[in-house]
Amino acid sequence: MAAVQWKNPVIKWIDYRLPIFTMVHHDLVDYPTPRNLNYWWNFGSLAGITLVIMVLTGIFLAMYYTPHVDYAFESVERIMRDVNYGWLIRYLHMNGGSMFFLAVYIHVFRGLYFGSYKAPRELLWIIGVFILLAMMATAFMGYVLPWGQMSFWAATVITNLFSAVPLVGEAIVRWLWGGFTVDNPTLNRFYALHFLLPFVILGLVGLHMWALHVHKSNNPLGIDIKSPSDTIPFHPYYTAKDMYGLGIFMTVYLFFVFFAPNFFGEPDNYIKANSLVTPAHIVPEWYLLPYYAILRAITFDIWFIPAKLIGVIAMFASILILVLLPWLDRSPVRSARFRPLYKQFFWLFFVDCLILGWVGANPPDAMLMGKISLLVIGQLATLYYFAFFLVIVPLLGIFERPKPLPESISAAVLKPGAAE
Amino acid sequence: MRALKFAALAAAAALVGIGLASAAEAPPPPQKNWSFDGLFGTFDRAAVRRGHLVYKEVCAACHGVKLLAFRDLQRVGYSEGEVKAIAAQVEVQDGPNDQGEMFKRPGRPADRFPSPFANEQAARAANNGASPPDLSLMTKARKGGADYLHALLTGYGEPPKGMKAMEGLQYNKYFPGQQIAMPSPLNEGQVTFPDGTKATAEQMSLDVTTFLAFAAEPELEDRKRLGVKVLLFVIVLTGMLFAVKREIWSALH
Ligand code: HEC
Ligand code: HEM
Repeated sequence: MAAVQWKNPVIKWIDYRLPIFTMVHHDLVDYPTPRNLNYWWNFGSLAGITLVIMVLTGIFLAMYYTPHVDYAFESVERIMRDVNYGWLIRYLHMNGGSMFFLAVYIHVFRGLYFGSYKAPRELLWIIGVFILLAMMATAFMGYVLPWGQMSFWAATVITNLFSAVPLVGEAIVRWLWGGFTVDNPTLNRFYALHFLLPFVILGLVGLHMWALHVHKSNNPLGIDIKSPSDTIPFHPYYTAKDMYGLGIFMTVYLFFVFFAPNFFGEPDNYIKANSLVTPAHIVPEWYLLPYYAILRAITFDIWFIPAKLIGVIAMFASILILVLLPWLDRSPVRSARFRPLYKQFFWLFFVDCLILGWVGANPPDAMLMGKISLLVIGQLATLYYFAFFLVIVPLLGIFERPKPLPESISAAVLKPGAAE
Repeated sequence: MRALKFAALAAAAALVGIGLASAAEAPPPPQKNWSFDGLFGTFDRAAVRRGHLVYKEVCAACHGVKLLAFRDLQRVGYSEGEVKAIAAQVEVQDGPNDQGEMFKRPGRPADRFPSPFANEQAARAANNGASPPDLSLMTKARKGGADYLHALLTGYGEPPKGMKAMEGLQYNKYFPGQQIAMPSPLNEGQVTFPDGTKATAEQMSLDVTTFLAFAAEPELEDRKRLGVKVLLFVIVLTGMLFAVKREIWSALH
C-alpha cells in the first residue's frame, strides 16, 4: 500500500507526527474488501453505530438518573416527563438495547453460516464472544436501574444463581448484593458497572477491528482473497452500502422509539420495585430468553451435582462453547453454500434458538395445546443446542462431502467477459 | 435451499402465533378504538376533561396520580389560567419557613396531583387491607393497557355459578384471579358532565381511561407528531441512499 500524500499543510503536519489520517485512509478508504459481500455483512457496522448511540444516550440519561432505591424509579419518570426530550433519550436507549442485540445476533448467525470463525479468524471470533458476554452483563445491569418490579426480581433471580456454587455460593451472593437482599448497595454497584462496561466493550470492539483488518473480511463464498481483482476499495462501495443499510435499520429502530416504545418491555417494570410482591412471571428481556430456557431445562440432579448448579453451568456453557467452535468444526470449507448438510443443520439450529427463546418467555409448567409440556420442549431444544456443537458439527467435518469451491472470488462473481 | 430458509422463517412466525392453553386466566379485554391509538393519535380533549372530572369526583377518594403535575394539563388544551385555578384548589404542605415551621399553601401549576393517603399503611387501613395503587402509570403497567383498564372498570357483575367472592372482594371478570378489593367504582349518573354528555358507566369509564392514558404518557402527542416527521425524513433519506448505492455500484456490475 502506497503512503498517501497529504496536501493540506495542517493535515500534513499532524500526520507526520501522528499518522492518524493515513490510518483512516488505510482502514476506511483504500481498505481492500471482498467485492461480493452481501447485506448480512452490514450488521457489524450497524452494531458499532448502535454502540455509539447507546453510549451517547446513556451519558445524557446519567445526568438525570438517581441511583438510589427511593428515587431511581421517580428519577426515570422525571426524565420521561420533565426533562426536555428526556422521553426521546430514554426510549432511544431502551429500544437501542434491543436493536443492539438484534444486530449482534444477526451478525453472529452470519458468522456461523459463512464459517467466519475458522482460521485465520479464530481470535476475531473469540473477541466477539467476549463482546457478547459483556453486552449481556451491561444490559442485565441496565435493566435493573429503573428499579421497577422486573428490575428488582430479575436482579434477585440472576444473582441468586450464584448460590448454586458449592460451599461458597451463599457468601458470593451476599458479596454481590453488598447486603442480605438486593438493595441500595446492589443498585449502586450495578450503576457503576453499567456505566463502565460499555467502555470495556468499546475497547474490545477496537481489538475486534484490529484482528479483522489483519486478514480482512470473510465473504459469502468463504474462500480467501487471492488477487486484487477479488477486492474493491471500502470507500465508496461499502460506505455507500453501509449507509443504505443504516437507513433501513434506523427506520425500524425509530419506528419503535416513536410509535411502540414499550413493545420490547414488560408492563411490570412500570410498577415500582416491591420486595414483598413477587410478579406472576419473572422474565428477562427477550434477548436473554434462550439462556433462561436452558437454565430452567435442567431439572434433574446428576450424581451428587444438584440440578440448579448444572443449569447455571449449562447456561454459561451455551455461550462459552462458541469459543471452542473453531476447533470443533474440522471442515476446511467455510461457507455453508458449499456444505449441503451443514446448511440444513444450521437452519435447524437457528429455529432451535427461536424455540428456546419462546420456551424462556413462558412459564415452565405451561402446556402446548394442552398436551406437550414446555419443559420437555425446552429440554429437547437444549439437547439439540449442545448436540449441534459437540456432535453434529465435529461429525460433519469428517463425513460431509462439500461441493467444489470456485477458483476465486472474481471468477465466481464477475460475468465472463466483463470488464476488469 | 430457498425452501428450507422459508420453512425456517415460517416456523419462526408460527411460534410467535402459537397460544398456550392456560387454566382459568382472565379473558383478554375487548379492544376499543382510542383517540390516542395509531400513528396520528391525539387525546380527545373533551374526553380528557370529562375523565379528569370522573377522576376527581370518584377515583381520587382512593387513588393518587402523583406523577402528574397540574401544568401537564396545558399539554391537552387547558389554559394557563385554568391550570392555576385547578392547582389552587388543593392545599400543599411546604416549608420549613424562616421560623422552621411547615405550613400549608395553595397549590401551584408545578405541584403534582395530591394522593389521598399519607402512606401505604393508611391506604390499607381505609380499604380493608388492600391498597389502591397509584394510577399515574396504570395504562403502561398492565398488559392490555387502556383496553384492560376500561374492561376492568366495567367488568363487575354476578360471579358464575359455583363461585363466591370472598368477604370484602368483588367478582370482576377481567381482574387476574377474578376477585378484586375495589368496589365497582362507576355507577350511572354519578357525575354530571358540564358538556351535557350522558354519564353512563361505560362513558365515564372510557373518559377516565383516556385521562389516565394521558397521565401515563403526557409526552404521547409530542412523540407521535415528531415521530411522523422523523420517519418521513429517514424513509426519504433511505430512498436517496439506495439510489446513491445503486449508482456507485453500477460501475462494478
Ligand atoms: C373505595 C376506594 C376506591 C375507589 C373510589 C376507586 N378504587 Fe380503584 N382500587 C381500589 C382498591 C382497594 C384497589 C386494589 C384492588 C386489589 O388489589 O384487589 C384498586 C385497584 C384499582 C386498579 C388496579 C387494578 C389492577 O389491575 O391491579 C385500577 C386500574 C383502579 N383501581 C382504577 C380505579 C379508577 C379508574 C377509579 C375511578 C373511576 C377507581 N379505581 C376508584 C379502591 C378504589
Ligand atoms: C453497551 C451498551 C448499553 C446497553 C446494552 C445498555 C442497556 C440498558 C438497558 C436495557 C437499560 C434499561 C432501560 C429501561 O428500561 O429504562 C439501561 C438503562 C440505563 N443506562 Fe444503559 N446501556 C448501554 C450503555 C449505557 C451507557 C454507556 C450509559 C452511561 C454512560 C448508560 C446509562 C444508563 C442509565 C442512566 C440507565 C437508567 C435510565 C433508564 O432506565 O432509562 N447505558 N441501559
